[in-house]
Amino acid sequence: MSHSNTAHDPATAEEESAIAGTSLLPRIAGRFGKTLFSLVVTLFGLLVVTFAIARLVPIDPALAVVGPRATQAQYEAVRAEMGLDRPIPVQFATYLGDVVRGDFGRSNLTARPVIEDVRAAFPATLELATLATVLGVLLGVPAGVVSAVNQGRWPDHVLRVVGLLGYSMPVFWLGLIALLIFYGQLGWVGGPGRLDVSYELSYELDVTAYTGSILIDSALSGAWDVFFNAITHIALPVFVLGYFSLAYISRMTRSFMLEQLGQEYVTAARVKGVPERRVVWVHALGNAMVPLITVIALSYAALLEGSVLTETVFAWPGLGLYITQALFAADLNAVLGGTVVIGVAFIVLNLLSDLLYTVVDPRAR
Amino acid sequence: MTDMAFKADPAPTQRWWQRRAVRRFLRHRLALFGLAIIVLLVLACVIGPYLLPFDDLYIDLRARFAPPMTGSHIFGTDPLGRDLAARLFMAGRISLLVGFAAMLISTVFGSLVGIVAGYYGGKIGAVLMRFVDAMLSFPSIFLLLALAAFIKPSPIMITLIIAATSWMEITRIVEAEIKSLRERDFIMAARTLGLSNSQIMFRELLPNAMGPIIVAATLTVARAILLEAYVSFLGYGIQPPLPSWGNMLNGAQQYLDSAPWLAIVPGVAITLAVTGFNFVGDGLRDALDARSDIA
Repeated sequence: MSHSNTAHDPATAEEESAIAGTSLLPRIAGRFGKTLFSLVVTLFGLLVVTFAIARLVPIDPALAVVGPRATQAQYEAVRAEMGLDRPIPVQFATYLGDVVRGDFGRSNLTARPVIEDVRAAFPATLELATLATVLGVLLGVPAGVVSAVNQGRWPDHVLRVVGLLGYSMPVFWLGLIALLIFYGQLGWVGGPGRLDVSYELSYELDVTAYTGSILIDSALSGAWDVFFNAITHIALPVFVLGYFSLAYISRMTRSFMLEQLGQEYVTAARVKGVPERRVVWVHALGNAMVPLITVIALSYAALLEGSVLTETVFAWPGLGLYITQALFAADLNAVLGGTVVIGVAFIVLNLLSDLLYTVVDPRAR
Repeated sequence: MTDMAFKADPAPTQRWWQRRAVRRFLRHRLALFGLAIIVLLVLACVIGPYLLPFDDLYIDLRARFAPPMTGSHIFGTDPLGRDLAARLFMAGRISLLVGFAAMLISTVFGSLVGIVAGYYGGKIGAVLMRFVDAMLSFPSIFLLLALAAFIKPSPIMITLIIAATSWMEITRIVEAEIKSLRERDFIMAARTLGLSNSQIMFRELLPNAMGPIIVAATLTVARAILLEAYVSFLGYGIQPPLPSWGNMLNGAQQYLDSAPWLAIVPGVAITLAVTGFNFVGDGLRDALDARSDIA
């Protein structure tokens, strides 16, 4: 990402904003309104689906609460208390109201409100996905550029195969194999979990939970032994997820760069005598960055999703692990609550990428 | 009348293998490699079980955890002493079948929605495409899991659920293609000749959008195989004793140290299959895309 700031030719950028002129703000506002509308529609759709799942599955929530030995009267009472005897539209309206207030019900597994569990688990997932995206961008963008510049020659072939492989391997399997090699055989990294067992105590004692991210918290608390141990544990899942994101980002960078390198302004710059490196890395990449921003946001969202499987393999205490454990326990509230939260994060990232696109690309209306 | 329109076409008659796209595909080494992988895998899964001396369900507790290449167990055995190779090939039948079936369903459904949205455009198109956008911004793995975990999972159900989360990409591609084709002269001609809407959509537009559909369909097989593996790995997909590549990996993690082949063998099979379809899809895209500069 280091070149993204310098990437835009300052002259063209100024020209662009001059052309866009005063209409930039209203245009963004209009776009924002439209995206906000589709955001609300999408959210509504998501809630319809989760509500439908909750009603369709053969689990009786009232029965789950009272247990199989309750009398009919007790069962009916709980059912009425939970609002399950009311008509479906009323139930859906209640559900909507609850979700808006952040009330996803109580988890049967942890006996705590789902929203608290989710709040505790989310930072771990975010930490993993963020680091993986950073890795994916740092390696994927240059790989895509090199691939495009050498189109059809061996660096291109090698990088494309490496990328396609990342696309094709089940991410959880890559995690298993990585554990087998780097933890089991070579012992280079820490195993599953966020810390070695021997560090758990000093984590409890020395680290204040400022953010929920173990790296940031331990660094802020000055607990450097915990920090370095945490790094050995996070490295492997980050590399596994990062490879996945690298594959996607390099592939897209390649095709955006090929498109840009075929444009006339590139030829013009070359004719003008601009050094080839500058033409590729500043002029062409600068313009390719515009659609790339969307791709990066999307891959970030995809990593939130990919984390379900990676977290299970690495016993990483994030949202993915929480949801899978809830699935095993048939804990409907937790599963659906977690799904809604991931869905919201997903949708918000989509919206952000859309907005960024509008800000960066003056042609987008 | 339509026949006349076709006869006026000045292009000389060609055999299908002489087409430029086919020629370009055959020159795409990665794509051919991918095709070879798929053919080999399909053959192995279809014929393999007949060639092996073991039944995939035959339990032999004396031969538990045999490493690969012990006796006639070429890939070793699992915790119940079942032959891993036999299970792998039988599992491949299920996984590939689920992948193909999910692709067929989502391609047909996705193309239909795409054609209607692209051809009619306007309000119908807008509503359909907003719906597609909404579906696309769902985190599909979570929906897949939530559905598969609480609905009784049969192979048909899993296929339907995977198809339900995979058709939107194809709709997007088809809609964009149809929208650009709609304004072309040959459609104008078809309208002037008095062809009905459905004739125009399915006889004129659809054949011309086939290229992108085929590419997307190929990539959908890859995606469907991966999704099945994800869900089955977590234990909510294809249920044992019916083997699938995904559910073979389900118990593998707990034996990672002692019997790593349990994790390696099915994973390699999934990776090979998915890579194969992705390579072919890539090659098809290069071959069918007139703008691509591979000769």
